[in-house]
Amino acid sequence: MNIVVCVKQVPDTATERKLRSDDKTLDRDAADGVVNELDEYAVEEALRLKEAHGGEVTVLSMGPAKATETIRKALAMGADKAVHLHDDALHGSDALSTSYAIAQTLKKIGFDLVILGSESTDARTGVLAAMLAERLGAAQLTLASKVEIDKTVVTVERVTDYGHDRVEATLPAVVSVVEKINEPRYPSFKGIMAAKKKPVETLAAADAEIALDQVGLANAWSEVVDFAPAPPRAAGTVIKDEGDGGAKVAEFLASKKFV
Amino acid sequence: MSEVLVLVDHVEGEIKKVTLELLTLARSLGAPSAVWAGPGYSDAARARLAEFGAEKIYVADAEEIAQYVVAPRAELLARLVADRSPAGVLVAATGEGKEIAGRLAVKTDSGVITDAVGVGDGFVADLSIFGGGVNVRSRVTRGTPIIAVRPNATPPVAAPAAGTEEKVALVLSDSARAARVVERVTQEKGGRPELTEAAIVVSGGRGVGSADNFAIIEELADSLGAAVGASRAATDAGWYPHQFQVGQTGKTVSPQLYIAAGISGAIQHRAGMQTSKTIVVINKDAEAPLFEIADFGVVGDLHQVVPRLTEEIRKRG
Ligand SMILES: Cc1cc2nc3c(=O)[nH]c(=O)nc-3n(C[C@H](O)[C@H](O)[C@H](O)COP(=O)(O)OP(=O)(O)OC[C@H]3O[C@@H](n4cnc5c(N)ncnc54)[C@H](O)[C@@H]3O)c2cc1C
Ligand SMILES: Cc1cc2nc3c(=O)[nH]c(=O)nc-3n(C[C@H](O)[C@H](O)[C@H](O)COP(=O)(O)OP(=O)(O)OC[C@H]3O[C@@H](n4cnc5c(N)ncnc54)[C@H](O)[C@@H]3O)c2cc1C
Repeated sequence: MNIVVCVKQVPDTATERKLRSDDKTLDRDAADGVVNELDEYAVEEALRLKEAHGGEVTVLSMGPAKATETIRKALAMGADKAVHLHDDALHGSDALSTSYAIAQTLKKIGFDLVILGSESTDARTGVLAAMLAERLGAAQLTLASKVEIDKTVVTVERVTDYGHDRVEATLPAVVSVVEKINEPRYPSFKGIMAAKKKPVETLAAADAEIALDQVGLANAWSEVVDFAPAPPRAAGTVIKDEGDGGAKVAEFLASKKFV
Repeated sequence: MSEVLVLVDHVEGEIKKVTLELLTLARSLGAPSAVWAGPGYSDAARARLAEFGAEKIYVADAEEIAQYVVAPRAELLARLVADRSPAGVLVAATGEGKEIAGRLAVKTDSGVITDAVGVGDGFVADLSIFGGGVNVRSRVTRGTPIIAVRPNATPPVAAPAAGTEEKVALVLSDSARAARVVERVTQEKGGRPELTEAAIVVSGGRGVGSADNFAIIEELADSLGAAVGASRAATDAGWYPHQFQVGQTGKTVSPQLYIAAGISGAIQHRAGMQTSKTIVVINKDAEAPLFEIADFGVVGDLHQVVPRLTEEIRKRG
């Protein structure tokens, strides 16, 4: 089975994140890049499926040069090889362009199963997996808290607002995972050393037959009109509990008509 | 006035509050048309949508629509976009709502904006990004604006309209039938509102101390008709189920009132609750960062403060 895991490098949420004043895109140089947390769960799930059913795990990441750090981390966890989609023309791509570029790359490299995180921590749109399923004509098995494979049939538990759905499809499929699906492994020393030798193929847009008028900031389907730091919340009242803390909160809630 | 399509969010016919919020919002952008997808449509549903301003209601209530993941609803909306050329489409920014928006965007070659906390003239959307640190205004520049709006962005206000029904017979494509729902498991709701939709959320963190102690958080929530949330420290410890985690890797909530007890206020927690309208913090450590964004804070032991608060609320209720 040919499993491709999509991994995004995102700015560390523990550091200050900014938009660039020139083109209003995320300032990826201002903060340290880390693996999008949910993508570690996606890699873990891919590795488990490979361990159970055989096949190969390929990491796919679209991003700037420094995204290689993120790719190495996924390889150190145990993925077999990687494809790095890297082209300045892709800078500023929105969700439509990103899904288009990744779909083109997937068509080029081939896949049976694509696994993603259900959401990134920077843009947090949570649309990519659904868009890929739409573009690839593959089954959408998203928001999965459990994945099972029986030959060519994939069954997932899809987290819903009211509980979960069991959803079934035949490969090829696009899966996205939620946090409770597994516990990602830490790369071992051996894994880190081995990752250095694993093949990473770098593709430019043209290599994946990505039309340049469908990607990048200038061709985006949406734009940032303006942005500003959130105004600090007006300083609230903080009291010390002298046995009356509960009553004081109740008074505050009453003043705001919550009770 | 041009039409604004609002996808009705319902669970087996029961309309969710966010739909009424979206209809309210749509009235400021054009003429709201509700879009009903899946079984469960009824006269009561029609009346409710009309009461909140739906001029038209497109009804595609075939059983089949609910039997496949997301794609059938995107197909329905895409067809209406092609037939009606609406000024825009609003869906609820739930996990599933965003996926519908995403597929619809691809189908209609339109831009999509997710997690709007407001939508103004020209479908310019207000977003709060980076854990609430930055406010952004965005708009769609190609195609029909598709906007996923967070629950609680606008209080729902009734404004009766015609609610003219129009049946839509949808023939699903093969690709919309790729992912089939074989079983639907509904969890006991325990009478509490759903976390992402609730007007009030009461959350507990590591300071709560144990699974048993979460009872005092639940009692406070119940006295307010609120949903219960938890920090990751609490869900990781197994004190409260994962699906109630609020934050970066959990749910995003944007209620009228958020009460946090025994939660320090890590950036990853704030990412899920910072757009709450009013924030109350109870923590024994005066230095806890969450106090920085509190409208009202109590420095004290939550095991004392929370039960007393519940008692006071019950007295007033
Ligand atoms: C603050 C902010 C807000 C934005 N809002 C919007 C918006 O409203 N509409 C819009 O069209 N665009 C928006 N964008 C642009 C958006 O960042 C890009 O479209 C992005 O490439 C994909 O969106 P995402 O990260 O939200 O994907 P999500 O759907 O949240 O990511 C899900 C998964 O997709 C995979 N994935 C995502 N990106 C990559 C990648 N580059 N390489 C490999 N795998 C990947 C990962 O597995 C990830 O876990 C926004 C960007 C920022 C910084
Ligand atoms: C990639 C990543 C993603 C994450 N995603 C999330 C997420 O989605 N949601 C999330 O919540 N966290 C998330 N976290 C974890 C986050 O960083 C914090 O560790 C977590 O929010 C801490 O939870 P807490 O505030 O309950 O615990 P702590 O930080 O330990 O705080 C407990 C607080 O309780 C107070 N306290 C203790 N006893 C009492 C008492 N008796 N009365 C009153 N107060 C008391 C203490 O003073 C302290 O302030 C994430 C972290 C990472 C790295």
